[in-house]
Amino acid sequence: MIVVRNLHKAFGDVKAVNGVTFEARDGEITGLLGPNGAGKTTTLRMLYSLLPPDQGEIRIDGLDPTRDAMEIKRTLGVVPDSRGLYSRLTARENIAYYGELHGMREAAISARIENLTATLDMADFIDRRTEGFSQGQRVKVAIARAMVHEPQTVLMDEPSNGLDVMSTRALRHYIRSLRDAGHSVVLSTHIMQEVAALCDRIVIIAKGEVAANGTAEELLERSGCDSLEDAFVKLIGSEEGLLA
Amino acid sequence: MKGLITVFRKEVRENIRDRRALFNSLLLGPLLFPLLFVGMMWFLESAEKERAEKTLELPVIGAEYAPSLIRFLEQQGAKIQPEPENPEEMVRSQEVPVVIRILPEFPEKWNEGLPAPIEVISDPSRQESNAPIRRVKGLLYGYGQQIGSLRLQLRGVSPQLASPIMIKDVDLSTAKSRAILAVIFLPYVLMITAFTGATHLAMDTTAGEKERKSLEPLLINPVPRWQIMTGKMLTTTVFAMASLALTLVSFRIVLPYMPVGAFGMDLTLGLGTLLKILLTVSPVAILAAALLTLLASFAKSYREAQSYMGLVILIPMIPSLIFMANPIKAETWMMNIPLFSQNLLIGEIIRGETVALGWYGMSIASTLAIGLVLAVLAANLYNRPKLIFSSS
Repeated sequence: MIVVRNLHKAFGDVKAVNGVTFEARDGEITGLLGPNGAGKTTTLRMLYSLLPPDQGEIRIDGLDPTRDAMEIKRTLGVVPDSRGLYSRLTARENIAYYGELHGMREAAISARIENLTATLDMADFIDRRTEGFSQGQRVKVAIARAMVHEPQTVLMDEPSNGLDVMSTRALRHYIRSLRDAGHSVVLSTHIMQEVAALCDRIVIIAKGEVAANGTAEELLERSGCDSLEDAFVKLIGSEEGLLA
Repeated sequence: MKGLITVFRKEVRENIRDRRALFNSLLLGPLLFPLLFVGMMWFLESAEKERAEKTLELPVIGAEYAPSLIRFLEQQGAKIQPEPENPEEMVRSQEVPVVIRILPEFPEKWNEGLPAPIEVISDPSRQESNAPIRRVKGLLYGYGQQIGSLRLQLRGVSPQLASPIMIKDVDLSTAKSRAILAVIFLPYVLMITAFTGATHLAMDTTAGEKERKSLEPLLINPVPRWQIMTGKMLTTTVFAMASLALTLVSFRIVLPYMPVGAFGMDLTLGLGTLLKILLTVSPVAILAAALLTLLASFAKSYREAQSYMGLVILIPMIPSLIFMANPIKAETWMMNIPLFSQNLLIGEIIRGETVALGWYGMSIASTLAIGLVLAVLAANLYNRPKLIFSSS
């Protein structure tokens, strides 16, 4: 469960995040939707405690990232915008490294990797060095290493970026399975269809502020539009960045 | 500390698989420098020998004025060449290293018993002509001595009267202390090796990690950043030390192939000496790892980091260059200066001197102190978000 209240972050004169407020519940997929540069990545970075907020409050299962950074990092699984893998290590070694950094025991790590290999369909390449992996394979390894310690809360920054249709389908399937297992999932995206297909709750962010917040039905109702696409355009006030 | 060890183990494993890391740290320094050294020595030696053994071809102007001198020169093995048209030009264009000119007044002065003039035309600023010039002057001087003695004897004077003093050389230098070149060259190579051994790792684990976009996800793990950075610096230090140790071993192996007499007699680098030298330079590996990591952490990419490194590699060269230009006697206070103290200490060790334990202690402590200060700075650098995200 994530609670964000009145979050602010500025870089020099640029106000990247300017009063963002939303909640992400357990057993739900929350989508942060907005054009490029709207402040989604900055918001997520403050959630996973890599950036300190200038102002505002964040609680993840009651913990504050500015004060309990280590504790929060243990409960979070993060697939950030940067998903660099170590190309001289195999997929398995990449994932195991993160397990060790989480202080997991070797037996627990290998059992968990077996499990993730099956779930994410990685058997073909789990013992290959990640040099030359396809975009889809990379994302799978990045997700697996983020999930190795079985985090309750999952944050994903543009998870389907660069994926083909089949990989995207598999990814969506996996994200839904996380929700069904009771995890709180927050993902950011600039692709409207992704939110429509996946998210239980939608937070529309534009220019560092929340333009609208609610379920798909609520957004349709509030905007008075027939289709989600029209509703987004109306709520954001422009078509910029919404056409996938 | 578990996180630190995990990072260390992973970096070692990853870099052992990296050909570039192995080449830079474990091959380049340890192989290149000793080979370069041996090659240089052989080249110097053989060039010197060739010049010493070659028949001296000597163009003479005015040979007819001093036929007995010419005979003397020929007896001594010089090959007298006919009079050249433009001797100055010949020397200037390096056609011959030296030409002698016997002036027309030579016979007159000679017969009067006055110093008879001979010009030696040469360009001593050319290194390679020094040997022939020395030989020609030595021959002329010898001839002069011989004739001088004869003249004195003819007048019933003992030639010894003309030599009021006799100089005897009492040489106290040991074979090892003659190893000047090694004393300068080995510390120089070791200082540079500590830095070259650390460079690739320092860049790859910081700027490289940023460039591959794996730094951000790494820092989301529940491990304090100072532990992550220290794990990386530890890997860099270990590679730099391995590089130093291998360089020493490799020197040990090539020494027997040195030309005889390059260092006086025996510079064998026994195991004890090797260990002493390694102990002396090890703190430099830590210093280098910390300094290079600190600098590379500011770079956005491997390439950018590389552009800083060109300047940094000058740092370990400075003390050696000072030392080469102005060899000074080691004194206690100098042991507090990192890099400089190692230069002096290695010199003392090679020369076979007994080094006071206090000197080792001061050198190690001062170098470690500065290394640790830099390491603490580097370890906390990624607490600044600006440096983490500067690539995106």
